Amino acid sequence: MSALIEADRVSKSFGGLQALSDCSLSVARGSIAGLIGPNGSGKTTLFNVMTGYDRCGGGEIRFDGESITRATPERVFALGVGRTFQITRLFFRLSVLENMLVATQRHEGWMRSVARRAGSAAERARALELLDFVGLARMAGIPAGNLSYGQRKLLELASLLVADPAVLLLDEPTAGVNPTLIKQLTERIRELNRAGKTFLVVEHNMEFVMGLCHEVTVLHQGRTLKTGTPEQVRADPAVLDAYLGGADDDDL
Amino acid sequence: MVAAGVVILGLFPLVFSNPNTTSIAFFTLIFMVCASAWNMFAGNSGYIALGHAVYFGCGAYALTLLANHLGFAAGWGVFALVPVAGIVAGLIAIPTGLIALRARRHTFVVITIAFMFVFQLAAFNLGFTGGSSGLQPPTPLWSITGYNDNFYYVTAVLLLLTVGLTFLVRRSRFGLQLLAIRDDEERARGLGVRVGRVKLTAFILSAVPVGMAGGIYAYFLGQIFPQFAFDPLFDLSIALMAFLGGLGTVVGPLLGALVLESLQQYFTQQYGASQAYLIIYGALFLLVVLVLPRGVIPSVQELVERWRGRSSSHDAGPGEPDRTGDVVEAGVG
Repeated sequence: MSALIEADRVSKSFGGLQALSDCSLSVARGSIAGLIGPNGSGKTTLFNVMTGYDRCGGGEIRFDGESITRATPERVFALGVGRTFQITRLFFRLSVLENMLVATQRHEGWMRSVARRAGSAAERARALELLDFVGLARMAGIPAGNLSYGQRKLLELASLLVADPAVLLLDEPTAGVNPTLIKQLTERIRELNRAGKTFLVVEHNMEFVMGLCHEVTVLHQGRTLKTGTPEQVRADPAVLDAYLGGADDDDL
Repeated sequence: MVAAGVVILGLFPLVFSNPNTTSIAFFTLIFMVCASAWNMFAGNSGYIALGHAVYFGCGAYALTLLANHLGFAAGWGVFALVPVAGIVAGLIAIPTGLIALRARRHTFVVITIAFMFVFQLAAFNLGFTGGSSGLQPPTPLWSITGYNDNFYYVTAVLLLLTVGLTFLVRRSRFGLQLLAIRDDEERARGLGVRVGRVKLTAFILSAVPVGMAGGIYAYFLGQIFPQFAFDPLFDLSIALMAFLGGLGTVVGPLLGALVLESLQQYFTQQYGASQAYLIIYGALFLLVVLVLPRGVIPSVQELVERWRGRSSSHDAGPGEPDRTGDVVEAGVG
């Protein structure tokens, strides 16, 4: 399988702190990839670099074979890479439905957006359909800030789906979400994956990662420690040492 | 409601024909235009610009300079320069906006204020602006009643256009993107909103009506000076008007300008050109921040919604289960 999005020997430092060094990651088209590692291992930094929020110091990011190393977040999204944030970000004062309509402009020019009304009938119908998909259709009219934490995670995911990105980068989608909603989230991700969407998921929830992902990459101190199937990763002594062995120091 | 507003706007000088009153009405309309246009950018995007006097002043100088140099005769013809004044303001908003919008929040505010003083200083010192002695546009020889009325109606048309524009922006995809930027600019980028373009477009769109208002204002007064064309109090006034009425709403800034500017003009007429209104402004600003931090319109809306919610919660199915009183009543019903 060909790589849909990949990081090739990426480096990033913040002052004296080397957050990523020669870190490589490749997500095959149509797969669900997991990215794990202890706190501070560079997972979110890698996400930021891959989606244009941070510039990498060296190396290359490619999407569908094309370099997006220097692309802005807007451009990265327009190409078809959607992301969520570790701490859920929504437009809290906008309604749930309005949150869904922000992203729909991926397919249209800028001048048209000034003249056109937000959300055509078709776009609203599609947004409601997706809200229904994540179980939030009933909430369409209320401000996003009134949603529970788990519902916010679902809305964040749904608002990306509106623009139909090819690959979704999810940063800790299960953090702070109750088990029922985690189950729902897992099902939704599987369903979307069957429909052709590619996923890269950062997670601390091992059960979730091991159960969902086809391939798992382990980051440790800004380097790629191991890439393999969940079984391979789980059995690797280096991983156990770096990640699970260090669990006592983590807030797991 | 819109129709009623337009009718009142149209009939006002016919009913209240006293020149003192129509003069107050004219200034009020000027500030309604400016507060509304300012709010279209600042209220929707959350970027509190305090340098729109730059565009007001540039509009004022542009109209005066063009009228004088192109040899416009005093009269209706000069009003043809009002759109040109708006275009000049819009053009000046491009570089100033590009620079200021590189910064966010406090830094943005400070940069916009700095621009205002830079332009004021330039108006004092550049040769073609007449320096501190200012400039005089041609003065039309209309009767005192006709004079005020003509200016009033021209400004009323500008107000209708401006409010129409803010309304269109508000319901457009572009407006939604601005609101998204207000709530979380980084995430908006992550959803493909080209924030740089969106912010700059809104900034320019809001500068144009302010520049046009500045042009009309200069023509009405018959003279302009740097310290009144580029006036820091202008920025504070329009911001306060928008805050008082409700930042980010279409009607709020109109209401704020209507109340504040007409009161200020009235007091100035009654008690001379004192600065006492500044104390009232300060007190009002405190009051807004303390009592109505979101402004009149959103607070009233909230009250109405809460009242409606209370009256309909008896038959509502999925209410809050923690409100035991409602649950008991629902059970009985």
